[in-house]
Amino acid sequence: MKKSNKIFKVIVIFFLVFLYAPALLLPIFSFNNSKVISFPLSGFSTIWFEELLYENTLHNALFNSLLIAISSTILATILGTLVARASTRYIFYGKKISITFILVPLILPEIILGVCLLTVLIQLGLDLNLWSVVLGHTLLITPFSTLIMVSAFNNLDISLEEASLDLGMSSFQTFRIIILPMVSPGLISSLLIGFVISLDEFIIAFFLTGVEPTLPVYIWSQFRFPAKLPSTMALGTILLIVSLILVSLFEYFRRRMELYNYYSVGLDQK
Amino acid sequence: MYFSEHNKKGWRLLGVPFIFAIFLLAVPIATMTTLSFWTQDYLTLIKTITLDNYKQAWFQPVFQTLFARSLIISLTVTFITILFAFPIAYYISFYGGKRKALWLFLITIPFWTSYLLRMFLWKVILGYNGVLNSFFEWLGVITEPLTFLLYNSNAVVLALVHGWAPFAILPIFVSLEKIDRSLLEASNDLGDNNLSQFFRIILPLSMPGVIGAVLIIFIPCIGDYITPKLVGGPEGLMIANMIQVQFSKANNAPLAAALSVTSLLIVGIISLLFVFLNRKYLRNY
Repeated sequence: MKKSNKIFKVIVIFFLVFLYAPALLLPIFSFNNSKVISFPLSGFSTIWFEELLYENTLHNALFNSLLIAISSTILATILGTLVARASTRYIFYGKKISITFILVPLILPEIILGVCLLTVLIQLGLDLNLWSVVLGHTLLITPFSTLIMVSAFNNLDISLEEASLDLGMSSFQTFRIIILPMVSPGLISSLLIGFVISLDEFIIAFFLTGVEPTLPVYIWSQFRFPAKLPSTMALGTILLIVSLILVSLFEYFRRRMELYNYYSVGLDQK
Repeated sequence: MYFSEHNKKGWRLLGVPFIFAIFLLAVPIATMTTLSFWTQDYLTLIKTITLDNYKQAWFQPVFQTLFARSLIISLTVTFITILFAFPIAYYISFYGGKRKALWLFLITIPFWTSYLLRMFLWKVILGYNGVLNSFFEWLGVITEPLTFLLYNSNAVVLALVHGWAPFAILPIFVSLEKIDRSLLEASNDLGDNNLSQFFRIILPLSMPGVIGAVLIIFIPCIGDYITPKLVGGPEGLMIANMIQVQFSKANNAPLAAALSVTSLLIVGIISLLFVFLNRKYLRNY
């Protein structure tokens, strides 16, 4: 048994190296003082980061992406919260099928979503712009948001809500004072994950964005120019750090959600 | 009375998201399906219903090759990924001890970094003047850069395995965690060795997780656009690339729609097949 344990450990470590090695190239080459991405390294430099400061198209794309990510994440979290609340609190006709339907984007290849939405926009004769990407991303993120909020609402003890109503609070007050604070770690998790997904999403944005590039669409266009390679690596390094921070925050709030669960179970037992 | 109250409140909450999904999911899928039965003559749509697009999509060798390649690549990626993911999920679940959450976190982090950049990095690694070639030359292992690394189906498979492996581990891990450890003790007491225990208890009981992982990997892989475009070269292009070309450069949206509907059918059929296999498999135990 001990020996097999060791073999497994070797596989896991090998896998982690395979998983992380490519990403480590980003910081290595973005600080490398050379126009080509190859070994041996030629020296330390921050020139590629400085170059990013003067790229106006990049700043524009970043602004577009932030606008899209913030709007679609907020919209998706509102929709996801509504679905999750309905799903965890009430029993009603057509519940299973309608909720499954809302979760469908999880199992559709993104290219299909992009093509579908593009077809409908063209048929309606609507212009493609940032708002069409917002709609596409909201559609994509809502299922993730729903799943996160379902687990947040599942951790909520229904008797607290009933107690609050019995003690004379209106249902709006109950929502604001009792429910909202209790599910807030879930809300924050949903916002963070939605933001990361939207910021990184390429295909739907590529299909729906029209003339305004988002950050991934801008990065995609940079791939064609070998001279832009090092500064793209520098941009990648920055994005890597930003998503690491966001995902770590997500993990932190997810654990807090579990702690809430732990405490409410503890109260029950007393 | 109680039920109708629930009905009203439930639908009051679900109404807006449901209508949103109708307009952004059901209507677009219906529109795309309709479009796939029309034809296009330069810029004008001819709205007579015909199966011409499907005839092309299903019987022209170009498209057949692309569908077959997409299928083979996705199935290969799925198979390799599961082969990788299973021992890792197993290790974390059975030997992870107190650090299970940390292990899982370490494994899922890369999934949340930019997919686009991760796939692009494989181009940088495998390319003619890339990281791997220059590294080997620097070491003196090779004198000429290796050309078989990039721009073929293998490169696509490698990059996709790297991209999706983290996601395969989670569902397998969850199903392994659910296995009642006393079953394992019982099987040991009754004379199973580790190998027979694995095949008779652990593998069958973790099947739902494996099927989950298969679907999670297979579906996005078969529709992937980025990876084949970046590292596939002409020999490694997949169906999504063709859909995009038909939509933009070839300006044949109806054909693109027919290709999309066909992909959707393939995804649907294969997913159902796996779900069905899972049920059948579980019934036997």
